[in-house]
Amino acid sequence: MLANVGIVIVSHSPKIAEGAADMVRQMVGDSVKLAYAGGDPDGGLGTDVAAIIAAIESVWSEAGVAILVDLGGAETNSEMAVELLPEDRRGRVLVCNAPIVEGAVIAATEASGGSSLEAVRRTAEELSPQ
Amino acid sequence: MKDGDGMEVVTDRAELTNAVGLHARPSVKLTRLAKSFACSVEISLSAEGPWVDAKSPVKVMRVRAPRGSVLHVRASGAGAIAAAEAVMALVRDGFGEHEGGDHG
Repeated sequence: MLANVGIVIVSHSPKIAEGAADMVRQMVGDSVKLAYAGGDPDGGLGTDVAAIIAAIESVWSEAGVAILVDLGGAETNSEMAVELLPEDRRGRVLVCNAPIVEGAVIAATEASGGSSLEAVRRTAEELSPQ
Repeated sequence: MKDGDGMEVVTDRAELTNAVGLHARPSVKLTRLAKSFACSVEISLSAEGPWVDAKSPVKVMRVRAPRGSVLHVRASGAGAIAAAEAVMALVRDGFGEHEGGDHG
């Protein structure tokens, strides 16, 4: 059986990234691979492409990876991280247009049921105003 | 219920007795349980509906049922009886969140 879709949380704040991951762990459990990247390389607020790539790789499976981001730079750096992945993996990593905390919980819930990457993104994006 | 010929449709109901009702964490548990069944599983706060897909975490969280609400379940298709029973058992168990002495 295919593994579940992995979840990556990318925030400008290491505390937000870690806290959102804690909520996912507590509410959804351990059936979904989860990683987070928060803060710039110096420990300040920001996002770091290398850290995002490492997070994606740590939860990678053929099922793919859904990324939840906060503000603008987190999204652009996540997109940059996806572009830097090996070519055969790029198509199976998606940045979700959803609020970071709720989106991470919902995406992980959907993923824990064995849903496809596209279904995980669709469910997380149901949270955003239509 | 008129849900097609030969289609197994099961409905049941139970009161939400856990402190927070159908809040975020119970919603996740309910969704994950519903997803473990192949049949359709829906919930509602009324026997007349509107019915919400119990496999959708977003829709289940939007139900926002407080403690004391009566949660209705409707399952249809193969395995509907087991699905409805499992959902009701989860609700009656307070989603595993009953604090000591809180069973009522």
